[in-house]
Amino acid sequence: MTVLLFMYSLVGGLIIKIPDLDRLHQTLRNLFFHVPLWFAMIFVMLLSFIFSIRYLRSGGRGNDLWAVEAVNVGLLFGTLGFLTGSLWGNYAWGDISAWLINEPRSLAAIIAILFYVAYLILRSSIDEDQKRARVAAVYNIFAFALYLLFIIVIPRMVSSLHPGVGGNPGFNVYDSDNSLKIVLYPAWLSFTLLAFWLTHLRVRMRRLEDSNYDTI
Amino acid sequence: MKQVLAIARKEMLLEFKERHTFGGIVLFAVAAVFICYLGFHAIPNPNTWNALFWIMVLFSSFNSMSRSFQKEERGVLLYLYSLAPPGAIIIGKLIYNSCLTLVLTVITLLVYLTFMGRAALAEADIAQFISAALLGAIGLAGALTLISGIAAKTGNVFGMMAVLGFPVIIPMLVTVLRVSKNALDGIALTVNTQYFMVLLGLNLLVWVLSFLLFPYLWRD
Repeated sequence: MTVLLFMYSLVGGLIIKIPDLDRLHQTLRNLFFHVPLWFAMIFVMLLSFIFSIRYLRSGGRGNDLWAVEAVNVGLLFGTLGFLTGSLWGNYAWGDISAWLINEPRSLAAIIAILFYVAYLILRSSIDEDQKRARVAAVYNIFAFALYLLFIIVIPRMVSSLHPGVGGNPGFNVYDSDNSLKIVLYPAWLSFTLLAFWLTHLRVRMRRLEDSNYDTI
Repeated sequence: MKQVLAIARKEMLLEFKERHTFGGIVLFAVAAVFICYLGFHAIPNPNTWNALFWIMVLFSSFNSMSRSFQKEERGVLLYLYSLAPPGAIIIGKLIYNSCLTLVLTVITLLVYLTFMGRAALAEADIAQFISAALLGAIGLAGALTLISGIAAKTGNVFGMMAVLGFPVIIPMLVTVLRVSKNALDGIALTVNTQYFMVLLGLNLLVWVLSFLLFPYLWRD
């Protein structure tokens, strides 16, 4: 089912008819990809956070596996979201470096990537399984809490060019005949499901590797 | 509660026994300020003044925090710690580290003022700036204490601490920079209060999280 939804949002996002606007024109299509990518990333990071807490409370290897794979997938989505965002910025604002100046959303994006790359580095530097999982879970919780606070609070504080923040019209203003929503809502759902599916697949892969290793 | 104070006191005594390490950190801060002085001579622009000040404080506190858990590897200390509940240990360390960072910040501020001149402070609201600096120092200490605990578990303390610590520090730093820059520009307290609240909230969050998470870290 996820595959169907994903194909729908991918194809539909590129082909469907949208209101043609000044300065935005076809770049509005980015909306279909960029926003769901980010949302899926936050969802997956939340998943990782929950599993870290569960690991600390009851300590099963499954919990730890979920936490790690969720971070891996989340990093992928985060990078894609960042790239789509800067691509859009390049076309919309005409300057690929404009997005970095005083822009809290892209700053938050970079921080998320930094946090989770640091998480992966931390994991790779401890050898024992149990200790690694425990220490990494602690860092995950710490990082996620701070990150959440950061992305909720900072955008309220700082003016920015990002659509939907601080006086810029979020694109639902342009959606005068609901044609955007037809693709956007399924795209949201499909990207989130895709992220979850990827994570689940990776967890199963790791479990298989584990059982293979045990039987040897 | 008694144990908390005992641990904080123990840290302070240990520090006094090896005063040269603290002197080393202060020297680092002073040397950094001096080098900047050689480059800048005086900074009239409040933005630059502020940013540079916080960079100094950041690196000095990174240096001092990285030693915070390194001392634990010796057997005697580990035995002493097994007598106290982990909650007390972390609060004691947090209090001690906050004091350390506060002292460091004040020293750095004084040296900085001497070298970089007070031109940037022309329209500053001094009370706001000082409270911002104090809150920022406590926040830095809070975040970095737990991170240094995590880094100590991996064995490669300073590199790991830099890697883990920078993303954690960035939200704190962004808020602190904004608050202190507003203070330097002389913006009224009514406007700046929301940012102070954010800073206070961040501090609280970091302290509470450290307190909650440390027992899991300590379980070895």
